[in-house]
Amino acid sequence: MGSYSSHLSKIEDLQGIIQETGFSKAHICRLHDRFEELDKSNNGELSREDFQRIGELAVNPLGDRIINAFFPNAKQTLDFRSFVRILATFRPTVKDKSTNPNAPEPINSRINKMRFAFQLYDQDRDGKISREELIQVLRMMLEAQVTNDQLESITDRTIQEADLDGDGAISFEEFRKSLENINLEHKMSIRFLQ
Amino acid sequence: MGRDRSQRVARCALLTALGLLLCCPGALSSVDEAEPDSHTEHGGDSHGGNETGYHQPGFHVVSLHWEQVQAPYVIALWILVASLGQAVFHLSEKVTSVVPESALLIVLGVILGGIVWAADHTASFTLTPTVFFFYLLPPIVLDAGYFMPIRHFFGNLGSILMYAIIGTIWNTVTTGLSLYGVFWTGIMGNLDAGLLEFLLFGSVIAAVDTIAVLTVFEEVHVNEALFIFMLGESLLNDGVTVVLYNIFDSFVAVGAGNIEGLDYLKGIVSFFIVSLGGIAIGIIFGFLLSLVTRFTKHVRVIEPAFIFVISYLSYLTAEMLSLSAILAIAFCGICCQKYVKTNLCEQSVITVRYAMKMLASGAETIIFMFLGISAVDTNIWTWNTAFILFTLVFISVYRVIGVVIQTWILNHYRVVRLEFIDQVVMSYGGLRGSMAFALVVLLDLQHVHEKRLFVSTTIIVVYFTVIIQGLTIKPLVKWLKVKRSQQKEPSLSEKFQERAFDHIMSAIEDISGQTGHNYLRDKWTNFDRKYLSKVMIRKSAQISQDNILSVFHRLNLKDAISYVPEGERQGSLAFIRSINDVNIDFTSPRYSSLDSSVSGVLHENTSEVCLDMQTMENRVKRLKGQEEIVTHHMLQQHLYKPRQRYKLNYSRHKLVSNEDEKQDKEIFQQTMKKRLENLKAAKLGANHNATSRNVKKDKAAKKKHSDAVPNRRLPTNPLPFHVDKETEVEDHYDPSDGGISFLITPGSNESDETITGNSKSIPSPPPLPSPSTLDAKQLSREEDQVSQDDLSSERPSRIFPSYLQKAWVQSYSSLENVESQVSTISEQVAAQEESSAEVNSKSTVDNTSEAKLNEEDHPTRLDSEEFDVKVPCAETLNEELEDNSPKDPGVQEQKPLIIKDSKMHSAAAKRVQNRRSFHRPKPLRYPVLQKLGSLPVSCHIPPHALEQEETQF
Repeated sequence: MGSYSSHLSKIEDLQGIIQETGFSKAHICRLHDRFEELDKSNNGELSREDFQRIGELAVNPLGDRIINAFFPNAKQTLDFRSFVRILATFRPTVKDKSTNPNAPEPINSRINKMRFAFQLYDQDRDGKISREELIQVLRMMLEAQVTNDQLESITDRTIQEADLDGDGAISFEEFRKSLENINLEHKMSIRFLQ
Repeated sequence: MGRDRSQRVARCALLTALGLLLCCPGALSSVDEAEPDSHTEHGGDSHGGNETGYHQPGFHVVSLHWEQVQAPYVIALWILVASLGQAVFHLSEKVTSVVPESALLIVLGVILGGIVWAADHTASFTLTPTVFFFYLLPPIVLDAGYFMPIRHFFGNLGSILMYAIIGTIWNTVTTGLSLYGVFWTGIMGNLDAGLLEFLLFGSVIAAVDTIAVLTVFEEVHVNEALFIFMLGESLLNDGVTVVLYNIFDSFVAVGAGNIEGLDYLKGIVSFFIVSLGGIAIGIIFGFLLSLVTRFTKHVRVIEPAFIFVISYLSYLTAEMLSLSAILAIAFCGICCQKYVKTNLCEQSVITVRYAMKMLASGAETIIFMFLGISAVDTNIWTWNTAFILFTLVFISVYRVIGVVIQTWILNHYRVVRLEFIDQVVMSYGGLRGSMAFALVVLLDLQHVHEKRLFVSTTIIVVYFTVIIQGLTIKPLVKWLKVKRSQQKEPSLSEKFQERAFDHIMSAIEDISGQTGHNYLRDKWTNFDRKYLSKVMIRKSAQISQDNILSVFHRLNLKDAISYVPEGERQGSLAFIRSINDVNIDFTSPRYSSLDSSVSGVLHENTSEVCLDMQTMENRVKRLKGQEEIVTHHMLQQHLYKPRQRYKLNYSRHKLVSNEDEKQDKEIFQQTMKKRLENLKAAKLGANHNATSRNVKKDKAAKKKHSDAVPNRRLPTNPLPFHVDKETEVEDHYDPSDGGISFLITPGSNESDETITGNSKSIPSPPPLPSPSTLDAKQLSREEDQVSQDDLSSERPSRIFPSYLQKAWVQSYSSLENVESQVSTISEQVAAQEESSAEVNSKSTVDNTSEAKLNEEDHPTRLDSEEFDVKVPCAETLNEELEDNSPKDPGVQEQKPLIIKDSKMHSAAAKRVQNRRSFHRPKPLRYPVLQKLGSLPVSCHIPPHALEQEETQF
């Protein structure tokens, strides 16, 4: 890649990003390319519209939820660093690395992956997935043929399964428990290209 | 149309079957290979037909010409028997779900061969290399190539090549050497064979057989990577095998003593020339074929024939040049598939698909049956226990070792690692088949003195792998899976969470641009679009290929097809969407939400490639409550598939139609709906100036976006947007014709930006919507107008006919926001101006989109059934409107509505008409879309968000 070093020089605080996210230089370079490709207004920040322009997301039932997840705290723009930080959540977890107990929790830890998923459901950020929130998500993921009655019965059943304290909603703790059997590290990792 | 199509298919199938029969006699020779020509003459004679019997003078009213028809007759009978056998097997699902079809056919063959043997003590028919290589193999390979899931194939090409080339060489060499080693120990007794013969035998027995693998693996639903490996490996290694075989065969012919070092070098060179040459021939013919189909538009009837003939020519040409014919025809199929499918008309494409499946399936059936029959022949049998046993052991062991080593290497480079279970399945799935048999029969007894032993061993190996391994691979897969993870039925939440994760990951990949950024693939796509497609694809098809609307036309057509049967049983939830059939299967039991049974759960999708057998079983076992089953079943059936998962659709016997597009469309629709909703919410909150700017931006974004939907790389096809038109129409506007003149006066209102920027599309109010939706609307309206409470007091008094009204709501409910203000217009011009200004500032640019919003606002409208019904009304009306008012192209959908109902000649209606006429630039009408309108009402689909957006421009 000829423009390799010129790319890197454009990125602020490269070392900081590398340290925080665990991406290699090549990864970051590539992601920066992608970032600029998405950034149609060329102002160094991504807006929701930039994301909505990605055609594949429009056919992803959770696409808009995921876009929203990139804009936490009602911010309307996203800079490169946050972009990389969120993507870093999905870096594969390397198991055999001896983990330093003192080190801060890596950004791609199981719990962080889970948090990302949880916030997709928890739209009002009250730390619980309510029945309505679950219905919304399920409605997105199920074909239009499923009637509302069926939808509700699925929702109720799902909550029943996961809801341990019986408050009719799924807390993060309950969410975590319900996913214990799923190999999240595997499921929620993508291999980033160099 | 359906009937027409099926007739075509039937006719074509018949013709091809006839063709097959006619070309067989020359080749299907009886066991005495010494005079293979005798039957050809018979075949030729039989067509002469007219001569009266040549053995007796005089005229016979009726005479028997058995000799003339014997050969084709017998062949036809054999084919009939084989096909009937297959049909009979499939009568019992129990049998075919346990025993692979190939094994059943072999057994049937053995039995039939036995009967024939008992009758006249000769093996009447065997599988001869000529028949096999010239008539039976090509259709199967072509089928595999033509239906090859290209993306997967090329995505895994590296791994596939490794397994195919290195793996086959490894198997050949190790098996040959080991057998030779054992032979040295003397266990096998005295054999007249040297190292080269053993290597030759190794090359024959080494290759995993396409046909055997396909038949077995299609029944064992393994994951896609695994499947494509097995398919690709077995396909490509046929080429390698033939090369190795030829090399060793010529070495044997030359004699071990006469081989020089140069010959080995030549062998290696010839390997590359033969395989690469074969591929080159295939590619050339593939593109030639694509080019030809570009010009066959006017000979639709014989169009499908070109596909088969030219592909077959590629096979023969490669064979003639002693290149790898299998690779040639496979790559011919792979190369042409894209262009052919675009060039040919829909019926022809279907014809080609069916005919190809029929030929391949038929050839496969015949091959296995003849494999069975061929075994019943004392001439070929020589028993050598040690040799046979060691062969079996070695091919199994070396297959395992080879797979493990190669996978270990590959796993260092692969994104998706091959797990232990994959390796087991790959090792165990190394079935040998007819290819090996045909090659071994081809051996020259002059040079290979142990030919008979080799033949017998090959038959045993083939039988062993196809029958024993084929039988056990399914249970093995099941058992392994169970052992690997202490399986329990995933809970509901787990199930859909996992699916959610899949969606998340595919979205993250899209966002981070990690897919589709394969450098080579991008290059190729560019090259393809720039040059190849231009040359290969018909002009008209090119346009439609680039045009997003045609994509949706196709979607719509598909929908239309599936909506007919659905409409027929409207109101029942029994409509189960299965991925295999666009058409609804009326014969299968209906699974309604209430009376679903275990069989419903078992109704698994066979084309979906996944190791889901035990999931299925578990479900049956563990789920006690019926409701539970229903819920799980429903989830299973109705969860959207993650984007990358549903691409693989190769199936030997089933024609898989692509349901993905439908799903995409549905999701897209919902996404757009939601986005608009958010947009609206944002609009309400923000101040006017800001919002109108946003809207414009959003609109631009959406336009781009919509262009990008089916394929990001589609070139944008800018739709003409005649802005100047509006002024023109405005000039022509005649206030005297009954309407109340109401023009947007620029500058008269507070939102100057709107006026300068997009001062169009102030829709005037539609007639009152049905009372049922009134309340909801009122509510929403009131919300809209918190700031302008003075206007909402007026209620529209007229009730619109409900069917028209539906159409209205569908297409123009954007207007409903202002309907109250404008309904009794005459007195309220001033008020209206204000309201219109309001509408303007709210950017009714997106009127169609708002329509959707409004629809969502009314709870009653959410009902999907109603949704379906509504649309057709709107669309048919649109069509009518076009007929009625050709002079005013600007007024598209609205006008007919107005014309329809004479009462509508109110001022409001006029205004709608007029304003529409200048606010709405002439929508681009594509012929494809118009056609759609002519379909019966029940065929119409819910309007697609995108489609609406497009017409708007």
